[in-house]
Amino acid sequence: MFAKQKLKSAGVSTLNSMKMSIPVLLGVLLLISLITHVVPKKAFSSLFSGNLVLDVLIGSIIGSISAGNPLTSYVIGGELLKQGISLAAVTAFILGWVTVGAVQIPAEGLMLGKKFAFVRNGVSFLMSLAIAVLTVVTLGEL
Amino acid sequence: MIRKLFDKIGAQWVFLITVAVVYTVVLIIHPLACVESFFGFLRLIVRMLPVLALVFGIIFFTNLLIDPKSISKHLGEGSSIRGWLIAIAGGIISTGPIYMWYPLLSDLKAKGMKTAYVAAFLYNRAVKIPLLPMMVFYFGVRYTVVLTVYMVLFSILNGLAVERLITDTQGDQ
Repeated sequence: MFAKQKLKSAGVSTLNSMKMSIPVLLGVLLLISLITHVVPKKAFSSLFSGNLVLDVLIGSIIGSISAGNPLTSYVIGGELLKQGISLAAVTAFILGWVTVGAVQIPAEGLMLGKKFAFVRNGVSFLMSLAIAVLTVVTLGEL
Repeated sequence: MIRKLFDKIGAQWVFLITVAVVYTVVLIIHPLACVESFFGFLRLIVRMLPVLALVFGIIFFTNLLIDPKSISKHLGEGSSIRGWLIAIAGGIISTGPIYMWYPLLSDLKAKGMKTAYVAAFLYNRAVKIPLLPMMVFYFGVRYTVVLTVYMVLFSILNGLAVERLITDTQGDQ
């Protein structure tokens, strides 16, 4: 069905991709596991100040430097809401968590380019602030 | 010296060795945390293996079946609305963690995929359809709908901004 040469060339390209990516993926998984185990989940709420504007910024920063399954960010976000943290700050926290990946920047930089990784994460960080505010304004909860 | 090391073994191995050094330091300071983290890492690997197999399977079949010219046509310069739709839908339906998709995107980028679409794909990885019921449970339907719509819309702005900023910086150099 496929020419031997074509199969071989596709196989070699895939192997080269694997050789490049597997050490990076292993490194990211090791880092994520370390952060997940070392940082206690209850530590998050103590970092908020009570000031709405500042809390949005803090939420986004904490989300951006955290790592793990997005589901964890919903669970922590839900707990933060219960503890009286504003919806805007919790939204910024979730958005930072799911759209920015400080832990993954080295891996993203290695595979997609350093400039791309820094610019993309920087833009995503700023957008997490904007979307958090827009979301609560749209919901009439500000 | 560091430059030589990067050239000799590759930046990807330097990264992994650096992480191993961090683990060694944690092992000395807090042995239990290190052991728990390592077992957590092993569990993560087992969970990620199917996704990793899927990603490398897609890379293999992309190399085998798709001509780079066709990637340039659908996801390159001048591909317009179709390119955005593919990037957004691809980002939303792709499973597993974001970093598992870096190899495929790197491959597609090398074949001509626009930077804006790579960024939009990655941004839409934040929209997780299987997890939406969980978000509804914690924050309600209205919140979930509004946030999801904003994320999809902003993914286009994100792609445009990233591409613009990268092009501008390259132009300044």
